[in-house]
Amino acid sequence: MSTSTLQFRSKLRAANDHAVTCLAILATILVIAPLAAIFAYLIYKGASSLNWDFFTKVPAPEGELGGGMANAIVGSGVLLGVASVIGVPIGIGSGIYLAEFGRGTKLANAVRFTADVLNGVPSIVMGVTAYALIVFPHIAFLPFLGHFSALSGGVALGIMMIPTVCRSSEEMLLMVPHAIREAALGLGVPNWRSTLSITVKTASPGIITGCMLAFARVAGETAPLLFTALGNQFWSTSLNEPIAALPLQIFNYAISPYEDQHRLAWAGALVLIVLIVLAVSLVRYVTSRGVLKGNS
Amino acid sequence: MDTTVPEMRISQPLPESDPGSFPEQVEEALQPAHSEIRRYLLARGNSAVADRLFKLLMLLCALSIFMIVALIAYQLVDKSELNWAQSGIKFFYTAFSDPYTNQPQYWDPVNGHFSALPFVYGTLVSSFLALLLAVPLAIGVAIFLTEMCPGFLRGPLAFLTELLAAIPSIIYGLWAIFVLVPLLRQYVNPALIKTMGWTGLFVDDNPTGLGYVAAGIILAIMILPIISSLTREVMMAVPHSQREAVLALGATRWEMIRTGVLRNARIGIVGAIILGLGRALGETMAVTMVIGNTPEIHKSLLSNGASMASVIANEFAEATSDLHRSALVEIGLALFVVTIIVNAIAQLLVWAVTRGTPRQVH
Repeated sequence: MSTSTLQFRSKLRAANDHAVTCLAILATILVIAPLAAIFAYLIYKGASSLNWDFFTKVPAPEGELGGGMANAIVGSGVLLGVASVIGVPIGIGSGIYLAEFGRGTKLANAVRFTADVLNGVPSIVMGVTAYALIVFPHIAFLPFLGHFSALSGGVALGIMMIPTVCRSSEEMLLMVPHAIREAALGLGVPNWRSTLSITVKTASPGIITGCMLAFARVAGETAPLLFTALGNQFWSTSLNEPIAALPLQIFNYAISPYEDQHRLAWAGALVLIVLIVLAVSLVRYVTSRGVLKGNS
Repeated sequence: MDTTVPEMRISQPLPESDPGSFPEQVEEALQPAHSEIRRYLLARGNSAVADRLFKLLMLLCALSIFMIVALIAYQLVDKSELNWAQSGIKFFYTAFSDPYTNQPQYWDPVNGHFSALPFVYGTLVSSFLALLLAVPLAIGVAIFLTEMCPGFLRGPLAFLTELLAAIPSIIYGLWAIFVLVPLLRQYVNPALIKTMGWTGLFVDDNPTGLGYVAAGIILAIMILPIISSLTREVMMAVPHSQREAVLALGATRWEMIRTGVLRNARIGIVGAIILGLGRALGETMAVTMVIGNTPEIHKSLLSNGASMASVIANEFAEATSDLHRSALVEIGLALFVVTIIVNAIAQLLVWAVTRGTPRQVH
């Protein structure tokens, strides 16, 4: 091969390299662009339509101006409360099992695998399951069954929380240095006590933020609530009745023909996204600042 | 880099200490020196029962995850039995043909004709479109983030992609209805019809801007962060020695990425793509808001359609008959089974790559 062809080939390779670099940068810009567009539009639309009424009033009747989403915000809170009663203890418990008792065992691997798979099951399927469990059956002596209710929505969300809470608390517990466990056991503290008040306590900032991430995730879920919590135009905090929820209300308003309801939908979306961004940033802060890793 | 450190620590097995028998051993060794803590603890008695109870309780929590999967499967099978008895597996591939017009009636709750065909078709088309758009972009982003990005940008960009994954689908749907669909209606769809109309895939029969393309684009935006963050994870798991070896042979950066990184990470990248597919198949709200919700099959990608998840979201609460509801549950069952399989495959592929690597480093 002559020197000139060699030179040409090396130039070609360099050009190729530059082209790929440019393509990668272009791809990154193309990905950041819709995010920026969504955020900018959301803040622009949401901030201009957010007012005090939004947080204090219930929805106005169809076609009338004004009103707010106070009932939906409270409703979301109630649903999240029910969900966390189910999701947090079971999730943390299984996380403790995975991190403390089941390390390296086949059972733990199977649980971990199933949790990850369960995490990918579409939320609408959870809704159908909660419907089949709670809304569908009519049993005379169990009055909370047989109709749309806040309870069924909370159960659907709670089931969705379990795998997220489980995996994140396992991860956080694994970060706790062994020396701490050994120190506790060395003092003769029973194993359960050392797990609960030493290991879990050390990891608690991480576990709490993991729970918040799960909250943030299910707080925006709409699909499982469509035929469980159903939505409600009025004040209700009863577990036994249909209840309003922020994402449900956003959905109903987004597909409605009224301009004023579109405005409220944007305001609701802004409130939702602010909550979620706060949760995600907090998680990132806790996991990256080494609250657990280096300092403990 | 700092995220891999705890992983490495995890992979090493613990020195097994048997907690049950531990206190007794210590008791013998420490017999003479009764410290205050020791006496306090001894006074509380043997902890073997409490320990076992605690372990059992945690085990139950862990097992509940299996029970949930079993419960979902049981409920879906149980509640879709009616439709299964009626049409069996044919539900997914045939349609009732109207004797007068010879037109297929896919979904006719009034007369009780149900076929999942248009929904399966809509789900497949919109997910495939989404993958087509998202995969090259996601891999590009992952390459940029792991191999090219200056250090100060890496953190914020990774955070942004994480954030993108945390935005609820209802907000994507809201944005799609009010920003994306008008954009498609005015500029993109006419351009597609003009330039690609000859393929027969872009027919000017739907002036709304809704349809498969809108659903595909919003799905692509939604699954991008999932694919790119997993691809990034897999690429970071490729040992540095691989990169150094290829560079030492005189390769350019792209050649190094291609031969040293992508080739080693390819199984994991396929896993990431399949995981993205799983998300796209089950995505409900954003698709429901933009796909148009008509139970028909069209060759044109600009036509209205419906997906499996969207028809459940639209009709379940107002299902008119038991058969209607049962048919919807059966669609849900199909969705459940497919996403379980897809996610399991993806998870295994990603694990195959990221799990072994820390040991290779040593």
